Amino acid sequence: MRDPVLTFTPNGIYCPAGDFHIDPWRPVDRAVITHAHSDHARAGHRRYLATPGTAPVMRHRLGAIDVQTLAYGVPQTIGGATVSFHPAGHLPGSAQVRVSVGGQVWAVSGDYKLGPDGLSEQFEPVRCHAFITECTFGLPVFRWRPQSEVADEINAWWAANAALGRVSMLGAYSLGKAQRLLALLDPSIGPILTHGAVENTNAVLRAQGLPLPATELVTDAHSAKTHPRAIVIAPPSALGSAWARRFGAASTGFASGWMQIRGIRRRRAMDRGFVLSDHADFTELMTAIRETGAERIFPTHGYTDIFTRWLSEQGYQAEAVPTEFGTEEEEA
Amino acid sequence: MKDFAALFQAIDQSTKTTVKTAALAGYFRTASDPDKLWTIALFSGRRPKRAVTTTQLREWAAEAAGLPLWLLEESYPIVGDLAETIALILPPPSAIANKPLHQWITDLKALASEDLDTRKAHILAAWDQLDTAERFLFNKLITGGFRVGVSQKLMTRALAQATGQEEPAIALRLMGNWTPDTTTFHALIEAQDNGADLSRPYPFYLAYGLETAPEELGDPADWQAEWKWDGIRGQLVLRGGQHFVWSRGEELVTDRFPELIAARDFLPPGSVLDGEIVAWDGTAPLPFNTLQQRIGRKTVPKKLLRDAPVVFLAYDLLELEGRDLRDAPMAGRRAALEALLAPLPNTAPVRLSPVIPFDTWADLAAIRAAARDARAEGLMLKRRSSPYQVGRKKGDWWKWKLDPMVIDAVMIYAQSGHGRRANLFTDFTFAVWDGDTLVPFTKAYSGLTDEDFGKITAWVRKNTRQRFGPVRQVAPELVFEIAFEGIHESPRHKSGLALRFPRMSRWRQDKPASEANTIDDLRALLTAYS
Repeated sequence: MRDPVLTFTPNGIYCPAGDFHIDPWRPVDRAVITHAHSDHARAGHRRYLATPGTAPVMRHRLGAIDVQTLAYGVPQTIGGATVSFHPAGHLPGSAQVRVSVGGQVWAVSGDYKLGPDGLSEQFEPVRCHAFITECTFGLPVFRWRPQSEVADEINAWWAANAALGRVSMLGAYSLGKAQRLLALLDPSIGPILTHGAVENTNAVLRAQGLPLPATELVTDAHSAKTHPRAIVIAPPSALGSAWARRFGAASTGFASGWMQIRGIRRRRAMDRGFVLSDHADFTELMTAIRETGAERIFPTHGYTDIFTRWLSEQGYQAEAVPTEFGTEEEEA
Repeated sequence: MKDFAALFQAIDQSTKTTVKTAALAGYFRTASDPDKLWTIALFSGRRPKRAVTTTQLREWAAEAAGLPLWLLEESYPIVGDLAETIALILPPPSAIANKPLHQWITDLKALASEDLDTRKAHILAAWDQLDTAERFLFNKLITGGFRVGVSQKLMTRALAQATGQEEPAIALRLMGNWTPDTTTFHALIEAQDNGADLSRPYPFYLAYGLETAPEELGDPADWQAEWKWDGIRGQLVLRGGQHFVWSRGEELVTDRFPELIAARDFLPPGSVLDGEIVAWDGTAPLPFNTLQQRIGRKTVPKKLLRDAPVVFLAYDLLELEGRDLRDAPMAGRRAALEALLAPLPNTAPVRLSPVIPFDTWADLAAIRAAARDARAEGLMLKRRSSPYQVGRKKGDWWKWKLDPMVIDAVMIYAQSGHGRRANLFTDFTFAVWDGDTLVPFTKAYSGLTDEDFGKITAWVRKNTRQRFGPVRQVAPELVFEIAFEGIHESPRHKSGLALRFPRMSRWRQDKPASEANTIDDLRALLTAYS
């Protein structure tokens, strides 16, 4: 049997032929990065390879690092391997990694979704022999509605609050989800305010030409009195904090795929939970896997045991991969 | 179903009581009478007789979704609710039906007399005519347990707002063993003459735990102290030559305690007593686990009647000669209760729960410390001037319980919770050392914050040794302090012991597993307190 193109090591996914890691969680010599979320793009590697969309955010978050960029679809030789990036649709700049060694092609999905969100490059299937796929929402209870329906829901909530003179506060991870929400808000309802963590990321993405609506950074001059019709986009952790108090008895919301589950929604103790995820739902996972044409599937990051069993019954050669990617409910 | 689903969504989406009450009151002003009646019934734990089993529901849902049953079963503990799991996995409906809530229920009830194929066809057709939110509620009608953050208190308030009546009057109307089949919305909530139900109990007055020093309650002379018994809180209702026994959960339990029928021989009709049902050895209560054998048994075998006979320890009198005494002060009700029970012989199944005399709070603290000798779990403090109120109210009645017993134990199994604890590991099995091995002795689910459960959940995911369905065997590393109210022998448990009210009082992040307690430590507690 041929040597595997990629192996699973304590540092993360490793390519012996090219001597590099993909999204490693401990410091390594050369790291190929799928996207800039902190559990995938960690500090401490000697060299980074990422897409031109990912590199600026990574620099913003990790400081002075040695990053080489590689555009989507352009092959690069690393040792005995050929590497290329392909859009993952997870957030702007996010990529799948295709690795080819001696005619064997393996692909690492990173985090991905198939549905268009208006900002991220559209997911592109990669034909391969083996596919390492995330499966955060790899259960049949997770099926997303079209983004336009969720957008209507969020705007209706915002408009209803604005009519009552009540601020709307929407919790969202500052990279990815926050910008996706900004793009689907209807600015005719009222002003859009942002928390510093969100606005800093906005600035980096705007500099790359991403079309985001006008936003205003929250300062001491902002309150429920001055901006009663506003919507505020902030990291979830800021919502219950002293920072949020200036907006008085605001209505709170949170957007995530986890909001599909009533128990998790109630635990969040937010007024509204919007089901909006940057990850593939069950149907999208199955579509993506089918379109790779791969026979070997390695589910990782999610309900791997259950999803692996399901894939095996569907005729795939499936094997769960342990992961140190982190806490699921914050950013999904 | 549309307006019921909208009501449910409004209640479920908000964390604010005022918003929930307003939504409910709005519904009670506009919905049809049969829908209102069923809504009250569902939110107070009454549901239509189950026409299909949950096993059938699971099988049919998996089949309709084109998924293997095991995948539904694996999804269930993650969603934490079967009705919701099924609602989520089904394919989208082909058409939406516009049928009111009570009609869906009537149709469901009619299924009970149909054969299995007809039932299945009906359920599948229903699923195909409801959206996800409505499907969830439809499934809940079958599986039961409408726990939607609507307390009896909240519903009472909303009904009071919608009908212009006082809250206590509504609370009283909602008591008793009515079902939507035996009454109407008008008869239950609006009719002038609402006294026809002989069995109807009064809403229980519930005490809060005392959190301050008793000295802060003021002059001891204003207070009455009693033992706090570890039994089943109940009301004994005698009216029209009949007797009825109600548990605090508003369950009619008359048949489970046949001894109490003799109360009719001693007490006049038109009497309602509040008290505690306890197993009785002739002079004192038996431990709760003796009484526990009687709970859940609708008919009681003779041997059990002999081994675990019960008495009703009365501590309040709510009705005498058909008159509602609840507005009279505690001291007055107590005097009337003592007068009523004074002539009763020792063999009567109703006994007076004694008042404990005391002069100072320090004296009372010393008495409390000896509560276990009296087979009580602490004291009750009741203001002598207090009326008998409705529900849980602060100020006049307090529980002053003994401090719990504690033991440090190692977590060995974890399972995810239900409802708002979905997808969190919250249900744990604990063990103590027996030499080099860990012996499981209790489960516990409560006592920690959501934040702790979140951290433990992440830990469980990384430290799972083996999976048995929804149960994970974990590395025996985490230590928790388990608090409990009692301990007794139990041949049914591997450790030979069973605890009363076990919960996690502390996560001992400072202790390695090797320093957890031993089975001998537990046995020492058993010898000391059982």
